Amino acid sequence: MSGELHGVIVAPGERLDQRVEAKAPYIAEVNGVKVATTVGIVSQREGKSVFIPLKGVYVPEPGHVVIGLVESIGVSSWGVDINSPYQAVLAAQDFLGRPFNPAVDDLSRFLKVGDYVKAKVAAFDKTRSPLLSVQGEGLGRIISGVIVEVPPAKIPRVIGKRRSMVEAIEAKTGCSVFPAVNGRVHIDCPSRELEVIAVLAVKLIDREAHRVGLTEKVIRFIEDERRARGV
Amino acid sequence: MGGGAKATLIREDGLRHDGRRPEELRPIRMQVGVLANASGSAIVEYGKTRVLAAVYGPREPYQRFMVLPDRAILRVRYHMAPFSTSERKSPAPSRREIELSKVIREALEDVVLLSEYPRTAIDVYVEVLQADGGTRVAGVTAASLALADAGVPMKALVAGVAVGKVGGVLVLDVDELEDSHGEADMPVAAAPDIGLVTMFQLNGVLSEDELDRGLSMALTAIEKIVSIEKEALKRKFEAIGEEV
Repeated sequence: MSGELHGVIVAPGERLDQRVEAKAPYIAEVNGVKVATTVGIVSQREGKSVFIPLKGVYVPEPGHVVIGLVESIGVSSWGVDINSPYQAVLAAQDFLGRPFNPAVDDLSRFLKVGDYVKAKVAAFDKTRSPLLSVQGEGLGRIISGVIVEVPPAKIPRVIGKRRSMVEAIEAKTGCSVFPAVNGRVHIDCPSRELEVIAVLAVKLIDREAHRVGLTEKVIRFIEDERRARGV
Repeated sequence: MGGGAKATLIREDGLRHDGRRPEELRPIRMQVGVLANASGSAIVEYGKTRVLAAVYGPREPYQRFMVLPDRAILRVRYHMAPFSTSERKSPAPSRREIELSKVIREALEDVVLLSEYPRTAIDVYVEVLQADGGTRVAGVTAASLALADAGVPMKALVAGVAVGKVGGVLVLDVDELEDSHGEADMPVAAAPDIGLVTMFQLNGVLSEDELDRGLSMALTAIEKIVSIEKEALKRKFEAIGEEV
């Protein structure tokens, strides 16, 4: 065992203390009793009991910044996979930032199938497809780096407490790391070797997300890898 | 259903043909996360019965006309592999398989929080790899475990077991021989954590008293099976650190 667990693992249906806090739908109230609905860990944080899901499905919310994968090209919009049950829509007018005429502009000139975009969820309420927007700083097509996928439930661990994990990876590798809430992490590095190390570090977080002392372990891992690879 | 079979199904010492006591389960083995490409998966063994379940989704279904505006649809396909039986089984879906797909779906629908994902579909594939009786109940158990592995929120884990009557004796977790020569077969599935019976079928004849006793045997066994499910789920996450 490479580290002790953050708390107690619970399975769906297991009774939880009434004081345990979690976001819907990770906790349900059945016959007046609080039960877990997914596999998760009950952990103590700042004097409070919190339920941290270990598995979950990403559901977009307005304001989320996500990394989307262009899946289809329509007449006036792109269909974007945002690692969620719902395919998102990115309107050409929003992407181009100007009025759009389908007779003049060919959408595949701007975004092709397979391109990644960093975008904000502009609107979503489960009755219609999520609407994306790239109007904002740092948003738009991703032109360099790699994307690593991790389960969306583990993104808070990739970010770390007050961004400690992201900052540790960035400081130790010199890469820029952007974990999006939908389970995709954009890593942009100065060299290919450092990129490989940063990707392996994120995969290590994915595997060991629920263990304590992870930030130190990731730092040690990066230092060891840099030494072994001579970078 | 013959009187001649009784002598072999229940031995003189009161044990069953395979040496089990009437209320004894077969050895149960479960493993979670066995398929890399599925959102969640599990393999469940009740003795020689071996069932694989894979969950995909929630996702937008290709057949858009199927979607419901207020909840996800749960689609279950129960299928027996051609090599799962001693004589080759046609791979085409049979009437029995279509029915069991519906039965398993209904056994899960009550616990899965479908309203969380409107306009989507959750696909559950239950593949019987080796059949030795109790495939539908092992299928329910495997499907429930695979749904939990996929992170699909559910009120509780579901498990199933079949109670049968052979040689006038109520027996738990019937195998193929007991199923084909016994007097009754009663598959039950339940979510003991929330006190819900989600599947209850009876093939054959039982008295009212036998039905009560059989149901109680099944529910006691299901509690045990659900605890094995929880152990299997927790084992997966506890063991992750060892792989590194």
